[in-house]
Amino acid sequence: MSAAYLLKRLGSAILILWLVSFLVFFITQILPGNAAVMILGEFATKETLLALESELRLNDPWWHQYLRWLRGIVTLDWGVSMRDHVPVMPAVMLAFGRSMTLAALSLVLVVTISIPLGVFAALNRGRCGDFAVGTLGYIGVSIPEFVIATLLIVALARPELGWFPAGGYEPVQAGLWQWLRHFILPVLALTIVLIAHIARQVRSEMVDVLRTDYIRTAVLKGLKPWQVLLHHALPNAMLPTITVVALDIGYLIGGVIVVEEVFAFPGLGRLLIFAVQNRDLPMIQAAAVVLATLYATTSLLSDLLYAYFDRRIVYA
Amino acid sequence: MREIATRLIRNPLGVAGLALISFALFLAVAGPFLAPYDPTQFHVRARLQGPSAAFWLGTDQFGRDIFSRILWGARSTIVFGLTATMLGTTFGMCIGLVSGYVGGRADEIVMRLIDAKMAIPNLLFTLLILTVLGGNATNAVIAVAIAFTPSMARITRSVVLSERTRDYVNAARARGESSAYIMFREILPNVAAPVIVESSIRVAFAVMLGATLSYLGLGVQPPSPDWGLMIAEARSFLQRSAWLALWPGLSIAVVAIGFNLFGDGLRDALNPRVGEA
Repeated sequence: MSAAYLLKRLGSAILILWLVSFLVFFITQILPGNAAVMILGEFATKETLLALESELRLNDPWWHQYLRWLRGIVTLDWGVSMRDHVPVMPAVMLAFGRSMTLAALSLVLVVTISIPLGVFAALNRGRCGDFAVGTLGYIGVSIPEFVIATLLIVALARPELGWFPAGGYEPVQAGLWQWLRHFILPVLALTIVLIAHIARQVRSEMVDVLRTDYIRTAVLKGLKPWQVLLHHALPNAMLPTITVVALDIGYLIGGVIVVEEVFAFPGLGRLLIFAVQNRDLPMIQAAAVVLATLYATTSLLSDLLYAYFDRRIVYA
Repeated sequence: MREIATRLIRNPLGVAGLALISFALFLAVAGPFLAPYDPTQFHVRARLQGPSAAFWLGTDQFGRDIFSRILWGARSTIVFGLTATMLGTTFGMCIGLVSGYVGGRADEIVMRLIDAKMAIPNLLFTLLILTVLGGNATNAVIAVAIAFTPSMARITRSVVLSERTRDYVNAARARGESSAYIMFREILPNVAAPVIVESSIRVAFAVMLGATLSYLGLGVQPPSPDWGLMIAEARSFLQRSAWLALWPGLSIAVVAIGFNLFGDGLRDALNPRVGEA
């Protein structure tokens, strides 16, 4: 991977982020025509409307508003929540940390389960195991997270069982188990869809790789099956999987938003939904920019990883 | 066309998908006529009942018949999925067609904006749109359609780029046809196949996204019978009566599986090489 490629990819990531910030601002503040009316509702009094207009400086030209807003975002001055009148930045960061823990735990679980599952299905192509993985995969990708989450609550969070809480959050200080207990059901809800999706992907990559000549050569020169699998087939099947996992991060972010709402988990997703319901503009904008930045960063990382592992590709 | 239909019918998964979709479409059309009760009628003495002869799937916290609500909900779900996908596909196809055909600076700008949209997860994007428009069923359709537009535009554009240097396009240009004629009458039919495949897979996403938005209170509003909304309303009663969430959840899954299977079947029928795997 050349330095030029690295710079080029980094540059395009920054361009994308800038455009994303523009889109978020445009949709939430310019598109409504009058953001003050959108926030306060149609029956607001003239005085409160005028007060909010001057507070948000909505009468400035839109590019002045955008530049001022962008400067705030970049310098981490994200404004004050319109509902609770607390600074946005600490609230978003606290919630973001919890959401990241939730997402990271889910991702680790997804990767450790879905890859062996996909390989297993590919090795048993056309047999019972493959069919079972395929069927479960179809069902998994066809059930929205909020349905899975609700069913998990019904099945595993019954008060008489006392296994898991139906929602909420406890800080680590309350004890490791107390903390972890609140993560288990949300993580399960998030992983089922992604395991289904990535296992299908790994399977189809693996099926393609197993048909190639170099695998045949490896088998014919007398390598043990596990050697062929581990040293020849798996590395080549993993490469496209990196891209799929990165794309699924977008799906995971959407899932986190919904699952947090179902489990009343105080993360960034719940914060965002609460802000949307209350039309808390600074909170919505900050949360949206943070989530989009996270997504753009992961796809940048996946591209760089891809280029690093794939020695065949020389990028100009 | 007939060849593609034959291949689709030979594919057992595609047929299964087609059967599920047909069943769902049938319910969407006939459901309201088959429903034994008015979906919003309260049966106050029969609240939170389990399945019985009178109420086949039980009743909810207001004593409304769940079976009737599921039947009515089929219509809102199917209409939502199809309308959102078709709108998004149409917008996306027009943008991709023009952008790819015209090329140059305009194309570059459109593509960068599309990249930016793709960096915003769909659910987040629809939430932003609904913040502005306000949450109701019509706006949710529009939001999902806008969210789908960029990826449809990108697919269309990639096909247009390879088509526009073909001989038939040059011939049309030499005949002196207008750009609009070349784009919509000459190139469009050749773009249709990949776009149709993509949009048929998208319907399942649209159904799931629509149900999610309703669940979050930003889509279909109460007391309308909608599957996502039914699960949201069941939240406080889950421990007493799990079936409240079970039936609508199952319904969403069945419809989504149907469209996923059908979409995959259609893709395999159009690209027989992939179908062998």
